[in-house]
Amino acid sequence: MLNIREAIVIGTSAGGIKALEKILSGLPATFSLPIIVVLHISAEYPSQLAELFRNKISLGTKEAEEKDLIKKGMVYFAPPGYHLLIEKDKSFSLTTEAPVHFSRPSIDVMFDSAADAFGEGLVGIILTGASRDGALGLRKIKEAGGLTVVQQPDTAEEPLMPKSALPYVNQEYVLDLKSIASLLAELHTNRKNL
Amino acid sequence: MQLQDSEIELQITDLFEEIFLKYKYDFRDYSQASMKRRIAQAIHSMDYKGIPELKAKALDDPLCFTQLLQFLTIPVSEMFRDPTYYSAFREKVIPILRTYPSIKIWIAGCSTGEEVYSFAIILKEEGLLERSIIYATDINEASLARARAGIYRLKDFQKFTSNYQRSGGKAQFSDYYTADDDAAIFNSSLRKQITFTDHSLATDSVFSEVHFISCRNVLIYFQKQLQDRAIGLFHESLCRKGFLGLGSKESIAFSSFKTGFDDLVTREKLYRKNENSNPQGEIC
Repeated sequence: MLNIREAIVIGTSAGGIKALEKILSGLPATFSLPIIVVLHISAEYPSQLAELFRNKISLGTKEAEEKDLIKKGMVYFAPPGYHLLIEKDKSFSLTTEAPVHFSRPSIDVMFDSAADAFGEGLVGIILTGASRDGALGLRKIKEAGGLTVVQQPDTAEEPLMPKSALPYVNQEYVLDLKSIASLLAELHTNRKNL
Repeated sequence: MQLQDSEIELQITDLFEEIFLKYKYDFRDYSQASMKRRIAQAIHSMDYKGIPELKAKALDDPLCFTQLLQFLTIPVSEMFRDPTYYSAFREKVIPILRTYPSIKIWIAGCSTGEEVYSFAIILKEEGLLERSIIYATDINEASLARARAGIYRLKDFQKFTSNYQRSGGKAQFSDYYTADDDAAIFNSSLRKQITFTDHSLATDSVFSEVHFISCRNVLIYFQKQLQDRAIGLFHESLCRKGFLGLGSKESIAFSSFKTGFDDLVTREKLYRKNENSNPQGEIC
């Protein structure tokens, strides 16, 4: 089942930078699935996330731009102050619709459109965060046949976000960061051998 | 799931065709993911069973269509959103606008007017408002009515004030409005030079020659072809060496009109029309 997956979406908030670094730093530059991240940050200033991760991981990093075609080997970050959506043609679009769960970008909004675009090809991951954003989006991914993964709440810096998403994940995919990293490596191997 | 999904897409395509035929509002080249989301919100809020029912009601009853329009357009705006955009306008564009005896500005897709009043305040502080005309256009008549009224929720003013200060505002923000317990109205002196009017970047054409156009977070909702049409309209509307400002995540880089503009402040998406008389585009 792992070999049908074609894209990974990750939602996280407080504590997310450290958690992301742990699961992304081991991945090779040739990683065969694109990774799209919503990390709640302030919209007051331009985001430095793409620059921050550039030196920490082997994959390419970029702030998602509207109409960009999603490519493997890349980690995309949602720009602050906008919702990030994924279109059916696997390109990004941005909107300034009202915040959801006080957040713009909202994880729910991105996950929802990603589930439409990728269906069962999608892997959705919820990591540490002090918000309920992401739970409904994860449900949508599961309903569309995608694989859902949640960081084990008691290993998270902030457990609320993963805890809220627990109803929408199978028990064997409630994992600590190390196991999530291994799962990603496995997804890569399976996809590469297609 | 896939079948159900493509079914919904067909229904949306059909809805937009029928709306265009009946009401002349053209959403056919809007980005789809966002539209699908907003139609779902409309159906939920207006308590319909699905798109076929929504379509039947909207085509049958113009009032229902007006309601739907509130969902299809984005009435979320903020004064001095991205303060550095406004400070760049003040530093780089104002000195040249000052050289014209009369100044025409077009705020395209002005929604409920927050951006319009932001520019009116800057022009006033620079002593240029009296000899300026600001055209503020949108496709949503209800949004235009709110823009015309100039009344906003007081609870948003903390954010507006902080944006104003960071944009290089020269006065007290509270000089420009009168507030009661939960709302504030902008001074009528700001409104005097503003013409609020209905205009569609999808279906209408050039209406005036202007010196500066600001169109922020409108193009992100358009597919490429419609983006190109809008940028073509801007190019045609601008006077020689006129200025264009877009949203911080928007760009003319992929437009066929890009050779018709030079970067003025790259980071702020401020452009200046250049002397290339024949950019590679055509208004479709």
